[in-house]
Amino acid sequence: MKFPSNECSVGGCACKMGPAVLSDLLSTLPTLEDKNLIVGYEKSDDASVYKLTDDLAMIQTLDFFAPMINDPYIFGQVAAANALSDVYAMGGEPKTAMNIVCFPEKMDISYLGEILRGGAEKVAEAGAVLSGGHTIHDEKIKYGLSVTGIIHPDKILKNYGAEKGDTLILTKPLGAGIIATAYSVGEASDEAVNKLLENMTTLNKYSMDIIREYPINACTDITGFGFLGHAFEMAGGSEKSFIIEKELIPYMEEAKAYAKEFYITSGGQKNRNHLGDRVLFNDVPFWLQEILFDPQTSGGLLFSVKSEYAEEIMDKLSKLKIKSSIVGSVSEKQTHTIIVE
Amino acid sequence: MNKIVDATGKLCPMPIIMTKKALKEIEEGIVETLIDSEISKENVEKMAKEMGLSFETAEENGIYHVKITKIIKSLEETENKDEKTVMVIASDKMGEGSEELGKILMKGFIYTLTEMEKVPSTILFYNSGAKITVEGSESVEDLKVLKERGTEILTCGTCLNYYGIEDKLAIGEISNMYTIIERQTEATKVIRP
Repeated sequence: MKFPSNECSVGGCACKMGPAVLSDLLSTLPTLEDKNLIVGYEKSDDASVYKLTDDLAMIQTLDFFAPMINDPYIFGQVAAANALSDVYAMGGEPKTAMNIVCFPEKMDISYLGEILRGGAEKVAEAGAVLSGGHTIHDEKIKYGLSVTGIIHPDKILKNYGAEKGDTLILTKPLGAGIIATAYSVGEASDEAVNKLLENMTTLNKYSMDIIREYPINACTDITGFGFLGHAFEMAGGSEKSFIIEKELIPYMEEAKAYAKEFYITSGGQKNRNHLGDRVLFNDVPFWLQEILFDPQTSGGLLFSVKSEYAEEIMDKLSKLKIKSSIVGSVSEKQTHTIIVE
Repeated sequence: MNKIVDATGKLCPMPIIMTKKALKEIEEGIVETLIDSEISKENVEKMAKEMGLSFETAEENGIYHVKITKIIKSLEETENKDEKTVMVIASDKMGEGSEELGKILMKGFIYTLTEMEKVPSTILFYNSGAKITVEGSESVEDLKVLKERGTEILTCGTCLNYYGIEDKLAIGEISNMYTIIERQTEATKVIRP
């Protein structure tokens, strides 16, 4: 059996279930009240946070998906960077990680070795320890990790709390889903694929290590719901509107051409449907709209910070390999939750 | 020619890619794509809309039939229509007032045209405007750029004769009243600086 890619429409977070379907389901589950659960799933944040003591809280998250790339070692790296990202999005530091694996009985076991090697390297790079895991036989490969991190309870970065006048900064360019789609049909250039892989395997650790030093009002990571989906959750949760400047939106150059060729995903269209008329586009070309709705795998952090800190943070972020960009600002709540102009 | 694309059981982006390929293969006609996912159907419709093609969708036993009509002619017409911006330059000065300033403004106007994403399809020069297309005019280089980008440059012959510069034309063609009227009546937009 050959190592597959593109097992679910277009791998990665594009196979995430839609937000609407999930929230209905989750709301019916029985829950036990526990005041120490600071962030639970009802807030649709990136990870759960449980307060252990007054100065220590535990962050837990879990993420796994099917291969989107035909290199098992790289796939392992992407899956791990993506799972670790949820801890960074909360402002925390990952401490332990456990593997979750589905692997076909008939497939060459060396592929599994490569996946796990890629994952373990990223866990080590994050400064966390791999503490175990669980593997089952299944028809199709899936891999991911459950990651536990720590944070001071007062320093949790929630995905809401943006304030009027804040500057919005995004730490990775967009377009990962579109390039992965072009790749899945053999239409992506090597250069585009290399950019994509560098983008997806880069840990959000490096940007968070800089951001953490500043009073951040809200933070999230961009994954399956696309830039606009996650920005919408942040804006809505903050009861504000986000003004996104179309000229400032960062994307991997090739994503523009591929979007124009309609290498687009069903995930992107689901995101478009989900937001509907709550996002207003003022003269935004089709390809850019697609990039804004495009589901990302292991995408960057989006955070909201008082504008007076923006320049200093950008100075530091611009020294990193993957470039960050200011993408807009926060305004009073308007008719539209997000305005792209 | 009509084509049927069976994209049932296929996940995105395949229904889009298959439909796009079928549309490429025919010159004119209808491509009917069969899709069993609502989201994929929306994606195919989105593509048709973005390509400027008309489509209609019907649902039958849980299968969507998206019929996209490709007509080459209509596409070309709309494209040409967009392009027919005609500039009329009836003076070597822009606006009323100082003569010196008027000439500076006109030079700036023509230079700025070269910087625009879309250049006019035709520029008509008449009366003292004819002095802009002849030797010694500071705008000749800019007009060459415009001509290279596809702008037709026409100067009124009667006007060149009147000013005695008929043998000095440095860019574009000599034109007559008939063409000057025709270009303006066929234009989607006429601009007079």
